[in-house]
Amino acid sequence: MLWLRSKTARFLPGRFLLVLLSLCGLAGTSWAAPARVVSVNLCTDQMAMMIAAPGQLRAISILARDKRSSAMAAAAELYPVTSGQAEDVFRLDPDLVLAGTYTTAVTVQMLTRLGVRVELFEPATSFAAIAANLRRMGQVLGREAVAEQLAVEMETAVAALSSGPSAGPAVRAVFLDANSYTAGPGNLVHAMLQTAGLENIAASRGLLGTARLPLEVLLLAKPDILITASRFDAPSVGEAVLDHPALAELRHRTGAAVIAGQSYTCGLPQTLAAVQALVAAREAVQARRLSARD
Amino acid sequence: MTEDRRFALLLTGLSLVTLGLFAASLLIGPAGLRIGESLNALLFGGAGHEATVLVMREIRLPRAILGLMVGASLGLSGAVLQGYLRNPLAEPGLIGISGSASLGAVLAIYTGMAAALPLALPLMALAGALLAVLVVFAIAGRRGGSLTVILAGIAVSSLAGALVSLALNLSPNPFAALEIVFWMLGSLADRSMQHVGLAAPFMLVGWLLLAGAGRGLDALTLGEDAAAALGVRLGRVRLLAVVGTALAVGAATAVAGAIGFVGLVVPHLLRPLVGAQPSRLLPASALGGAALLLASDLAVRLIAPDRDLKLGVVTALVGAPFFVWLVLKTRRETL
Repeated sequence: MLWLRSKTARFLPGRFLLVLLSLCGLAGTSWAAPARVVSVNLCTDQMAMMIAAPGQLRAISILARDKRSSAMAAAAELYPVTSGQAEDVFRLDPDLVLAGTYTTAVTVQMLTRLGVRVELFEPATSFAAIAANLRRMGQVLGREAVAEQLAVEMETAVAALSSGPSAGPAVRAVFLDANSYTAGPGNLVHAMLQTAGLENIAASRGLLGTARLPLEVLLLAKPDILITASRFDAPSVGEAVLDHPALAELRHRTGAAVIAGQSYTCGLPQTLAAVQALVAAREAVQARRLSARD
Repeated sequence: MTEDRRFALLLTGLSLVTLGLFAASLLIGPAGLRIGESLNALLFGGAGHEATVLVMREIRLPRAILGLMVGASLGLSGAVLQGYLRNPLAEPGLIGISGSASLGAVLAIYTGMAAALPLALPLMALAGALLAVLVVFAIAGRRGGSLTVILAGIAVSSLAGALVSLALNLSPNPFAALEIVFWMLGSLADRSMQHVGLAAPFMLVGWLLLAGAGRGLDALTLGEDAAAALGVRLGRVRLLAVVGTALAVGAATAVAGAIGFVGLVVPHLLRPLVGAQPSRLLPASALGGAALLLASDLAVRLIAPDRDLKLGVVTALVGAPFFVWLVLKTRRETL
């Protein structure tokens, strides 16, 4: 407990600030807003870090500090982390726990049984869903204004991308991840491809969500752009498929783009930044087509 | 004379079956290419069909070659181990050689050693396999019964399996933990010519050594003393069996993971057909192993093409019931 107290002590200035701000009515938190929020899911971690009032978010999950998965790894260094296990979370005495619908189901059940309020967030698979998640996060944290601003900014940017001129025949792209997995409708990466104005080969082949696309099918589909996931530092057999000689051959002839894992692991405003890279890859293919025609 | 002809007939038959399965492995795939088109792309290349050429030469050909070589390595080493230990249950998968080779390969890949020096992969797998063969031979000793060898195998297998899981769970790469399945059940999916190039030389040398043990194994059927009286140097046979198995199984496991039961089932199925002569069982088992592995890999691709089914699942489905039957038979004989 001494350990816990010293940790709280370190964060006292933040809490003090919160009280001060709330008194002045500047923080935008309603009085019913939770004051001790703990997040146990990578995606709720990041949304909460963007939206919560100073001092409101008491702990996040350890994954939020992992650069490969988290778009806010640097910001996450400023928060205490938990293992996400019920025991760890409960002793922080939270008045709200944020969790994902698919992860830590047992932890969530136990916390609910112990009388802790838990709010579950679905993983977003479209930009509309990201905006909806942001707004709901604003509601549960009592920070509607901040959340609304984030959501509107993102929606405006998505609309601007979607209304861009689409010149000439479709640019066909395919996403390839470790173990020959690809992304079809129902997967956030598919939404990213669509928003970038690309035709997703996986979708044209009727694949849904996360599905396997054998290398030979991928090669014969003759994509204009091969999009691969960024790699982890440590090696794995599953990712070795991205180095397959047949793909190296394909990369010679087509456009290639790499999207970073942290941009699509969770649906966030940051997801849009990766879409910009895909738009650039599409424009490069279109420019090449134009110059080939001249 | 008739027995020689029957043996020649058997080898011819097995060769034809293996050749047919090899061709099927080249011609059947998720892309559904036409046969003429695929053969043309494979043999002559062809402008305008770059994608087809890539599919045939860089994806299907290495997979078929590896299926052939890995299967032959497992079948051949199974036959030699059973002959040398005079134990029907000796098999690279069952007695922990494949598992230990997996451990070596896992250490080479996930520590980044293999990325810095590709040869580290087969060499480490070879070292793992060598260690396991030596342990099993030491435990089996001069009169190790089936039970002793199996118990030793269980100990080596579980230890190697646990260490593989530990190493993969400790990797900072989240995909690594999922690959425990690959290292325990094996797969030929997405292998390339680089894998063929890495493993083939080791497997070929391993085959030569294992084949060299044939005559010694024949003499051993008469018992160790009689074999020694016939001028067979037991130390040499042992060395050929140990190093040959380590080379062949080590290299096979390094690129395809640990595949069980091939080395167990194939020699048993073929033994009645070649007579009681271990040296004749060796080429037959090599061909039979290749045929079984190619067939299993085809089954993997046909049953669940989009599920990444592991090879070891299919070989275990064939092998496990057979293993039970074999254990019951062994028990009846010892009673």
